[in-house]
Amino acid sequence: MTETDIRSTGSPDLAFPQDRTCPYQPPKAYADGRGQGPLSRVELFDGRPAWMVTGHAEGRALLADPRLSSDWGHPVFPVVVRRTEDRGGLAFPLIGVDDPEHARQRRMLIPSFGVKRMAAMRPLIQDLVDRLLDDMLEKGPTADLVSAFALPVPSMAICELLGVPYGDHDFFEERSRDFVGAATSAEADAAFAALYGYLHGLVAKKQAEPGDGLLDELIARQLEEGALDHNEVVMIALVLLVAGHETTVNAIALGALTLLEHPEQLEALRNDPGLISGTVEELLRFTSVSDYMVRMAKEDIEVGDETIKAGDAVVVSISLMNRDAKAYENPDAFDVRRNARHHVGFGHGIHQCLGQNLARAEIEIALGTLVTRIPGLRLAVPVDAVPIKAGHDAQGPVELPVTW
Amino acid sequence: MRITIDRDRCIGSGQCVMTAPGVFTQDDDAVVALLPGQEDGSGDPRVRDVPMACPVQAVTISGD
Ligand code: SF4
Repeated sequence: MTETDIRSTGSPDLAFPQDRTCPYQPPKAYADGRGQGPLSRVELFDGRPAWMVTGHAEGRALLADPRLSSDWGHPVFPVVVRRTEDRGGLAFPLIGVDDPEHARQRRMLIPSFGVKRMAAMRPLIQDLVDRLLDDMLEKGPTADLVSAFALPVPSMAICELLGVPYGDHDFFEERSRDFVGAATSAEADAAFAALYGYLHGLVAKKQAEPGDGLLDELIARQLEEGALDHNEVVMIALVLLVAGHETTVNAIALGALTLLEHPEQLEALRNDPGLISGTVEELLRFTSVSDYMVRMAKEDIEVGDETIKAGDAVVVSISLMNRDAKAYENPDAFDVRRNARHHVGFGHGIHQCLGQNLARAEIEIALGTLVTRIPGLRLAVPVDAVPIKAGHDAQGPVELPVTW
Repeated sequence: MRITIDRDRCIGSGQCVMTAPGVFTQDDDAVVALLPGQEDGSGDPRVRDVPMACPVQAVTISGD
């Protein structure tokens, strides 16, 4: 370990992660790290020092650098939240492994998330969105936009894609939320065990009675080619199900909130629906639902005047990279006409979000339809009364009371 | 201009297709491919943005 190296330059390190105060702004305390070079120092809850990367160019280079590892199974891989401190070397497929293991798993899955497949999903998502808004309009006004809309859109879409029965949604939505949001590792473990058990049973059922979702395809490959074992299919299903639930819901809810808080931008979008795909990119940049990524250096890496040493913990600040003035003019302004290209809302490098094009389609259709169908949409409570998630979760509102 | 794609590096993110749909496509395995006759990138002016958009540097451009 190289703790003294990271610490050698004095001043006490900032505790990481921090909670946001405004739902769509990076935590205020991180902002001190901005403009002081691409790297600053932070301290994790267990006292371990870490580098925080805030520069857009430097962060992208690091996320694409094979000398930075995502191997959660490594004995000293950094732990950022208490609930994962007893992970016991469990390396999740895709997100917690390096190449070549990662490439092998990703290759199996990318056809299901390819550009053509996502284009084919769009009518289904539109239909879903229309039905949910019909319901909401019939029951309202007032509604909780998270439970009535932002959550069921991605939940139904990922179930359809995977071939998981949506009828069980209360069960796995709750467990997904506990798995990524629990305060203690005991709670997170219990949620993991419940999800694992459920998917284990589902995979076994599908082996007996094949359907036509992504899981069925994986099972067919497993049986026919012996490329995967049962446990790996279950773990992949778990990662995709949780990822499909815990990200897009926040992007839709936080996107709606951000638009409602910027009425002139919302007006621009209403007047020109052609702005929707640019609006989605700008929302992804501006809100940075995944505030940070965690990595560990496998070798020494020079960044500017500093050296990240082998074994060092690195947290890449997605929210600050997306607000780097060197990459975006007036970065703290929300501007739906901006070219937000090259934001890192989906990460960068080999681990860049597998589901990003599905997420884009969902966010675009959900928000585009929401703002046109409910022109009088507004928050039902002051923005500072909207409950928001803790800094170590995917960022977003817990509830979003709206009226029209 | 000459476009080189490294299909072994590609992770199927589709950023090339989104950026320059007149030049790039994905095959049935969702791996990057050039549209026929597009080796010189003439089909879409945004092709120059693709190397920056690709998360894994699977696309390189040489020449003017
Ligand atoms: S952008 Fe890069 S990784 Fe993504 S599909 Fe194109 S070549 Fe492959």
